[in-house]
Amino acid sequence: MSDFSTLIFGRLTLDAIPYHEPILLITFAVMASAVIALLVVLTRYKVWGYLWSEWFTSIDHKRIGVMYMILGLVMLLRGFADAIMMRIQQAIAFGDSAGYLPPEHYDQIFTAHGVIMIFFVAMPFVVGLMNYIVPLQIGARDVAFPFLNNLSFWMTSAGAALIMVSLFIGEFAKSGWLAYPPLTGILQSPGVGVDYYIWSLQIAGVGTLLSGINFVVTIVKMRAPGMNMMKMPIFTWTALCTNILIVAAFPVLTAVMTLLSLDRYLGMNFFTNDLGGNAMMYVNLIWIWGHPEVYILILPIFGVFSEIVSTYSGKRLFGYSSMVYATLVITILSYLVWLHHFFTMGSGATVNSFFGITTMIISIPTGAKIFNWLFTMYRGRIQFEVPMLWTIGFMITFVIGGMTGVLLAVPPADFVLHNSLFLIAHFHNVIIGGVVFGTFAAITFWYPKVTGYKLEPFWGKVSFWCWFIGFYLAFMPLYMLGFMGVTRRMSHFDDPSLQIWFQVALGGAVLIGAGIISFLIQLYVSYKRRDSLRDETGDPWNGRTLEWSTSSPPPKYNFAFTPRVYDQDAWWHMKSNGFKHATAGFMAIHMPKNTAAGMVISGLSAAFGFAMIWHMWLIGGLTFVALIAAIIIHTFNYKRDYYIPAEEVEQVESKRTEVLA
Amino acid sequence: MSHSTVSPAAQAGQFDFLVKGEHHVANGTLLGFWLYLMSDCLIFAALFATYGVLSQNYAGGPSGADLFDLPLVALNTSFLLFSSITYGFAMLQMQQRKLKGTMIWLAITGVFGAGFLGLELYEFYHLLHQGAGPQRSAFLSAFFTLVGTHGLHVCIGIIWLVTLLFQLRKHGLTTANRRRLFCLSMFWHFLDVVWIGVFTIVYLMGSLS
Amino acid sequence: MSELSHNHDEHHADHHQEEGPHSSFSGYMLGFMASVFLTAIPFWLVMGDVFSSRNTTVLIILAFALVQILVHMVYFLHMNFQSEGGWTMLSLIFTVVLLFITLSGSLWVMYHMNVNMMPSMMSGGS
Repeated sequence: MSDFSTLIFGRLTLDAIPYHEPILLITFAVMASAVIALLVVLTRYKVWGYLWSEWFTSIDHKRIGVMYMILGLVMLLRGFADAIMMRIQQAIAFGDSAGYLPPEHYDQIFTAHGVIMIFFVAMPFVVGLMNYIVPLQIGARDVAFPFLNNLSFWMTSAGAALIMVSLFIGEFAKSGWLAYPPLTGILQSPGVGVDYYIWSLQIAGVGTLLSGINFVVTIVKMRAPGMNMMKMPIFTWTALCTNILIVAAFPVLTAVMTLLSLDRYLGMNFFTNDLGGNAMMYVNLIWIWGHPEVYILILPIFGVFSEIVSTYSGKRLFGYSSMVYATLVITILSYLVWLHHFFTMGSGATVNSFFGITTMIISIPTGAKIFNWLFTMYRGRIQFEVPMLWTIGFMITFVIGGMTGVLLAVPPADFVLHNSLFLIAHFHNVIIGGVVFGTFAAITFWYPKVTGYKLEPFWGKVSFWCWFIGFYLAFMPLYMLGFMGVTRRMSHFDDPSLQIWFQVALGGAVLIGAGIISFLIQLYVSYKRRDSLRDETGDPWNGRTLEWSTSSPPPKYNFAFTPRVYDQDAWWHMKSNGFKHATAGFMAIHMPKNTAAGMVISGLSAAFGFAMIWHMWLIGGLTFVALIAAIIIHTFNYKRDYYIPAEEVEQVESKRTEVLA
Repeated sequence: MSHSTVSPAAQAGQFDFLVKGEHHVANGTLLGFWLYLMSDCLIFAALFATYGVLSQNYAGGPSGADLFDLPLVALNTSFLLFSSITYGFAMLQMQQRKLKGTMIWLAITGVFGAGFLGLELYEFYHLLHQGAGPQRSAFLSAFFTLVGTHGLHVCIGIIWLVTLLFQLRKHGLTTANRRRLFCLSMFWHFLDVVWIGVFTIVYLMGSLS
Repeated sequence: MSELSHNHDEHHADHHQEEGPHSSFSGYMLGFMASVFLTAIPFWLVMGDVFSSRNTTVLIILAFALVQILVHMVYFLHMNFQSEGGWTMLSLIFTVVLLFITLSGSLWVMYHMNVNMMPSMMSGGS
């Protein structure tokens, strides 16, 4: 290869395109035609201008929240495709049959599955929910830093885009979702896979960190008058704690990824096998981030369930303050348990028992929450709407997952079960039973707020039962296999007696797939029947918190007048004390302007990341300079706001008055 | 607990549910920037922890005692300390709304910062020249990364400072610019605090062993 | 950073109290003098080999560093319990706790790991 093409393209050559792999080729064909079809439709109906000005450049927290949810949903499809491929492989690759996936492909799939599901499905879902709900719940008009919010979204998307690109240009990491060295060192993984991993996480990580800071400031500074800390809705409380965890944990991920890339790019020796490197330090550091991350995902979901349980039980949440303290205790304790992810690495009895005990302690506040939900339901007038089904499903499933977690917290038991399918079953048990169920519950619960019409319940119930039964079918066999000593990440088995368990698990995965499809059908059917499902009141469930006081969807500015809060269930209190919708006295509202800067900066970051992955030093340097320049130029823009005129506010609000009358 | 906190208005059955008139939301930039600094602090925590764990892993190569030139470090430290006080003077000028004075002291701060960076680069160059580069041992990897990350921050601080000088010239000491000066001041003094950790733990303790 | 309320602030800037802490010349000078003193002594202790015991020196310079960090926090970063409704101080305390957990936890864990798993590496250590 000539020097010139190395200068431009680095190590990227035509060989990097996997045209010799039929599976990838078909995937590419399907995805490419889907994308082209989408582009054609968008162009045909001339919605590009609308998308650009109303969505992509929007700094409205509600729009950004919806975009996060869409990102999460799209990536869920990708992550699930990986899952079903693994399940099929493990169900057929016994004895003489090698299955249909070569090991190096299988390894990329399980890595991608983990990375995508955590960083680009669960995180966007959780951040998207907080984006949409938190400002509405605290009576604010937007977040504290609306531009940063848009930037965060696009940085997360840029990270997701890099992972998707790795499917068709080059390869992804084959190292498992946390990329332990020395396997991920340059000697053992010279390819681009680990570099894709590093750069997509670094870029998405910037977005996550910024949105963490953004939400802490929003919640601390922008609450409606009268809403003191102990009158905050519980979802906002959990969102606050989650964002504190984000601000405190993600820097460690950034640091450890940087160290790994210094090893790989500059030949340093942090985690190498020689010259004094210590790979165990990587494991230690990444779990200092990794364990709080678990709680970053689950805490807001606890908040979601709290809102749902009290709304559908028609009761104030039982034990509000104990819920708050439990959340705070979990926030602190989540920093004291990280070693339980590597009991077997050899830190010895003293260290292991300390972390084993802290891990068991952390289950106490979590258990307290379960009791609070149960007592909220107790003697309540429970409406079994779909979100409530997800909630009950969650409570049953999560308790099982929690108990297997406590089992794993016992170091001697962990020595038997470490890295076995028991562990896999455990964390899917809490993540699917917690985060995924919670996300679907939240989507169903707040969907009418976002769109103005409810989701059609039949397909929601189908989706729930498919997920619920599918989950048990898919993961209970893995618990059994874990007890039998089967380890994770295997692409082939010799013992034919194990096969039946994997086949059952495949059946479960297929059922989960049916659950996902039912959900998509539900979205479609509800859209078709939106007129009969429409909710004009903005408060379809007789809700308790401020988001239900607005129209559905809420106006750009959320609240024409900032509400004053007297009670922890502010909207409930307003309703029961004769609140009347305001009809006069509207004023111009001060709002931030849309900007394309977020897209430009993230686009340049993605380009920079891609160039670094492929060692295109020239392009990398240029994009880096352009990135810095774009940021500096953005700081010269001092005119970032405008006023919505009072007449426009009055127009919007009088329409609402008509509807309510 | 909520019923005990109901305001006197409640007894009359009259609640003032809406803030009529414009509701002022407190600006969150300073708090947000402080939170960013706290997160940056944890990046340094991870780097310090790594340095702590790897600081004895010389792999047969040179140790801190062999390499560090303490007089140079002392000079470097004094640059950073002086830049702190000069930034302080810039802030005092800003408080009195003296644009020119603010800009002059800011520029002096930048010069001290650049001097610090120059000395650090000289030190790095010297070490590389001796064959004590970051590839030599885990200790040196950790050393270069920790000290280099601090240096990178100083570098970003200088770029920011220069940008801010332009913005001050263009717009003067507006609220937005004063807020930016506050943020940069926090950033700059935060880097001092990190440097205290660096010179104590890396250089002074390293020279002892 | 967002300048959401910037236009508005312009009109009111002089009626409002200045955002951020108020600083004074004497405060900065006091902080500066203290930090010069607190920097010079540790350098002198190490460069002049004042104590024969390494541990004594380490403890003393760490103590000086701690005090100097406090001085910088108070006189340069203007930390107090009032600014931003106490949230800056609260976040600082939280960060210090996590800092302590990360540093001491890592050192403790890794020390045991190295003793148990890499005894050969430990021989080079002190």
